Formats: sequence, C-alpha cells, structure tokens
Amino acid sequence: MTSFSRILAIMGKEFIQMLRDRLTFGMMVGIPVMQLLLFGYAINTDPRHLPTLVEMGDNGPASRAITQAMETSEYFDLIGLTTSAEETESALQSGDVLFVVTIPPNFERDLLRGDRPQILLDADASDPVAAGAGAGAFPTLVQEALAPMLGEMHPPVETVIHRRFNPAGRTALNIVPGLLGVILTMTMAMMTSMALTREAERGTLETLLATPTRPHEVMIGKITPYVFVGSIQVAILLTGARLLFGVPFLGSPLAFLAAVSLFILVNLSLGFLFSTVARSQMQAMQMTFFIFLPSILLSGFMFPFAGMPAWAQTLGQALPTTHFIHAVRSIMLKGAGFQDVIHDIWPLAVIFAVIATLAMLRYRRTLD
Amino acid sequence: MSEALAIDVQGLTKRFGDKTVVDDFSMQVPRGKIYGFLGPNGSGKTTTIRMMCGLLKPDAGGGTALGHDIVHESREIKSRVGYMTQKFSLYGDLTVRENLTFMARLHALKNTKSVVNAALEEYALAPRANQLADTLSGGWKQRLALAAASMHDPGLLLLDEPTAGVDPKARRDFWDRIRVLARKGVTVLVSTHYMDEAVQCDNIAFIAYGRKLIDAPSADIPERVGLITWRIEGKGLQPIYDALHGADGVDQIARFGSALHVSGRDADRLERAIAPYRGQDGLIVEKAKTGLEEAFIWLMTGSEDNFQ
Repeated sequence: MTSFSRILAIMGKEFIQMLRDRLTFGMMVGIPVMQLLLFGYAINTDPRHLPTLVEMGDNGPASRAITQAMETSEYFDLIGLTTSAEETESALQSGDVLFVVTIPPNFERDLLRGDRPQILLDADASDPVAAGAGAGAFPTLVQEALAPMLGEMHPPVETVIHRRFNPAGRTALNIVPGLLGVILTMTMAMMTSMALTREAERGTLETLLATPTRPHEVMIGKITPYVFVGSIQVAILLTGARLLFGVPFLGSPLAFLAAVSLFILVNLSLGFLFSTVARSQMQAMQMTFFIFLPSILLSGFMFPFAGMPAWAQTLGQALPTTHFIHAVRSIMLKGAGFQDVIHDIWPLAVIFAVIATLAMLRYRRTLD
Repeated sequence: MSEALAIDVQGLTKRFGDKTVVDDFSMQVPRGKIYGFLGPNGSGKTTTIRMMCGLLKPDAGGGTALGHDIVHESREIKSRVGYMTQKFSLYGDLTVRENLTFMARLHALKNTKSVVNAALEEYALAPRANQLADTLSGGWKQRLALAAASMHDPGLLLLDEPTAGVDPKARRDFWDRIRVLARKGVTVLVSTHYMDEAVQCDNIAFIAYGRKLIDAPSADIPERVGLITWRIEGKGLQPIYDALHGADGVDQIARFGSALHVSGRDADRLERAIAPYRGQDGLIVEKAKTGLEEAFIWLMTGSEDNFQ
C-alpha cells in the first residue's frame, strides 16, 4: 500500500539534505541566473561594432563618404588607419581587427571617370559568423554611400571581399580549434578537482597528511599524470581535426606547444584550487561546471567574441579559455607565430600564477 | 634520542566554532609504555591524538612528541610517528602490496621492496598481497593499517580506536602485535572502548568532555576512584538489583555474569544497604576488590554528571 506519510517523510528528508549542501543549493540558483544573464545580454549572434582598419589610398569626399557610411551602419568600428600591407597582415593575424578596408590611390578620380575602381574588404573569416554580417552588408553600403554623389550611375565601384583564412566559410574550421580549449577546460579541471576531493571524501587525505609529504609534492605528484591525459586529448583532437575535417595547421608548432602546455597547467591548478574548496566530488563537479559554462559562452567558442558588449568581453578576458582559443585559432588557421600570440600567452601565464598561488595558499597542511 | 618522555604536552586546547573539544589537556607518556586512552565517544580523544602528531593546530598549549615541538616541527614528528586513523584510510582500490609500497615511498624509505616484503611477512599479509584493500575483512584491514603505520620504524605509535568493529580473535591478534612492538621499545598510545584492552595497558588516561579526569598506572585506577564493592552471587538476582538500584549508599550496581557488583563510596552506608541480603539462603555476599570495569563505569557515569 502506498503510504502518503512515508512519501512525505522522504520528501522532507530530501529537502533538508538539499538545503544543508549550501554549495549545491547555490549552484541550483546560480546557474540559471548566470545562463539567463549571459544568453540574454552577452551573447549576440548578429555581432556589430567589429574592429576595422582603413587603408586610405585616397582622401577625397567619396572615400570619406564610404568610411562615414561604415561607421553609421554599426557593423564596423573604425579603430585606425594603416599604411602598409605588413601592418594590415599582422593586425588580421593577431585578431586585433576583423576587417581591413583598402581604398586604392586615385579612387576618386577613377570613380568620376567611370573606371569602376576596386575597393577591397579583407575579412577575417576564421569565424564565419563574426565576419558574415559585415561582409554581406558591405557592397550595398558602399553603393548607397556613393549614390548621392553620382546619381543613378551604374555600379560605379567594384567591391572585392577577401574572406581570409577560411574562404569557404566552413564553421568546422572555427569550431574544431575551439573545441580543444573547451574539452581541456572541462576534463582537466574536473579530473584534478575530483581526484583530490576523493582523497578527502575517503579519508585517505588524513593518511597523506600524517606522512612527511610536502604540499607541493602532493600537487606535482597529483597533477602530472593528468598532463599526460591532456596531451593525449590534444593529440586525438589534432589528428581528428586534420583527417576528418581538413582543419589546417599553418602556424608555429612551438607557439602551439607553449599555449597548450600553459593552458593545461592553468586548468589543472584550477582543479586543484576547486578541490581545496569542495567537500565532496559532487561539489567539485559542480564548481567545474560553473566555470565551464562561461568558458563556452564568453570565450568566443560559440559566439563571436568581438560582438559581445564591453563588460562581457572584460569578463571573457579573465577566462583562460578565451585566450587559449584565440591563440590556437590564430596559430592553426592564420599561420600565426609566437610573436603574434604573445598577447594571449602572457595573460595565460598571469592567470596561472594567480590560480596556482591561491591553490597553494588554500591547500591544507592540517585537518583544521 | 634519549628523552625519557615520548609525549609531553601541556594545556592543549582545541575549539571548533564555539565548542571546546579539548580543554587544557596535559599528559606525559614515558618511552616504551603502552598508554591507554579511554573515554566515551566524542570526548576529544581523536582530536587530542591529531594535535599530538601535527594534524591539527592547538588553539592553546603545546609540547613535544619524541622531543619535537608539536606545533612547529610537525614534519619531523610525522616522519617518526606512526598514526593509525579510526576509520580505515588507506587506498581501497590499491592492493595490499601497493598500499604498503606507497606508504614506504612517502616515508622515503630505502630498499622499499625489501621493507614491504618484510612487513608482509611480519603481519602475515603475504598471501593477500595482491588483494584489493577494499575486499579485506575488518580485522585484516586493521592489520594492514598497523603494518603501514609501523613500517618506517616509528618511535611512537598513535592508534585511534584500532580495534573498533573487529571480531574478538582479530582483536587479540592485534594486541599481540602491539605488545611485540612495545617490547621493541616503541611507545604506544592507543585509544579504546574495550575494558579487556584497557587492562593490558601500562597506564591509562581517562578523558571525558575534553578534560582529563584521571591518569594513572592501570593497577592504581580502581583505588584512585575510591569505590568499595560488594559482590552478591546466587539465584534470583533481578529483584535484588531492582531493590538496590538507587538505594541509599549504593552509587553503582552492575551485573557481571551470575553476580551483582554493588559499589559505593561510603563503606558504612553501603554495608547498611546490603545488610538485608547477607546470610540469605542461596546467596553469597562478600566484599570484593573494585575492578577496572567498575571504575570505568563509574567514571563514565560520573563524567556525564560533572559536565552536563
């Protein structure tokens, strides 16, 4: 016979246990709030205000009408002028800008003569979504900007769009290197935090603490095996990316190695830090999830980083995954070398130093 | 090392939140002794032991273990003390041999392999060397834990209720091993609930509600407690038990097999209380020596009155 009072008893007990586990309860409330805010405010699949450089070969009224129109369209944020092809190249490669507009010399003269001068838009298409809208709107934008000057003359200019790094606009090229960051974030942080929390949960931590073992010996000893696991994951993903999706690897392997090693270390020490806070493996997993979500949403993995509002970008900058994904995309897809990704490497190093210090400070030498 | 005291602590105090778990605890344990550590559950035995081996920092007080400061030299202590936790805390998913090897390497022992083999032999664990620790029975787990705690030849063994939940035969084996270690000169501090184990200790410290109530050679304990005991043996004891329970002059009454042990602090009042039963047919009423057990039951009940 079904006993209502027994069901009530179990329900009551379940609620009590739920409320006792503060962290879990916090996550139950925190995760929906975080999701709501991130999806609602930060994520933008129609990104605007994308950083753009202009190479002004001509400074006439027509050129200025075009740049004016680009600003007004909100797709482009003209952040500066460039004079050399080299500068243009490195700006695109490092990901500082998503677009470079080149207005050729004598543009105005050729235009008025009806010679149909070319105007060039270099778009960083490694993320097809980010570049897509701006590049799509560009030809119309130019025509409309010039219309008042030229009346109904037939196509007075030829807009040429170079979709750089990913001419076919394949999303796989962008996603696969990003996956590297997301998977490492997930597994590395989770595995270490759980492996360490397990010791506390099973009581073996007391045995460990009762021996003369030093904290850094525990940290290095526990973390190193997972460096190997991480390396295997990287190898699998790189091989799969090449064989199944034809993702190129154009840049410097050395820069890649530096970025990957540092990133693995960051996540392992993050896991170590979690384990000093979490009281059970369950809590350790929840904490990993709490960092994993923004790492997917705010890192530029799923949604264009440049399209997010400033506050979300700042938040994203604090996440190691953001820098790692950015660096790996530049290296794999754009052929970047160490110099091009140094501005992603040093933030990773800083984040690592901060997390590792915190973890060592929090690691308990005693059972207090 | 030649200090006469293996443990010398004064005024140890530990608070968790606003609860004082150990209060002004002092103790001197001479080298080579088996020191029993008794007290009801939650009396602060585990916390005290943890402070002695540097696993917890005392809020006040201090002292030395094997001549090393328990607050500042916990690393030295940890390498010379063997600590066995109350709950089995080796790795259940490692084999017996793997566990011992791991512990030997944490203590940076030389010739790990031969040390481990020797421990396997000594503790008769060799036939189970490749068994996962989780699959051992309670008695074997404790034996493995003792092997792990004593492999690095510690000068002091801290055993926290090592025989809780272990069957009587395994408990006897375990104590045989403790005595073997003690004969080799190892000082042993062992907490326990079992009277038959307490009797085997050279000295006994009794702790309740975080305070030490008594600390003496085990033979002296009954006298220290100051109880006088009469023994009533015969048939139909239950009515007598009921009649004497709470009677004037009777502080404690307990059944021991087929006899009642009636104890009190005041000899005259106690004698008056049992007078009606003396000389009754089929009853043997005689004065008895107060044993350790009566003393501890007395301490246990007394401590509740004193501190609640």
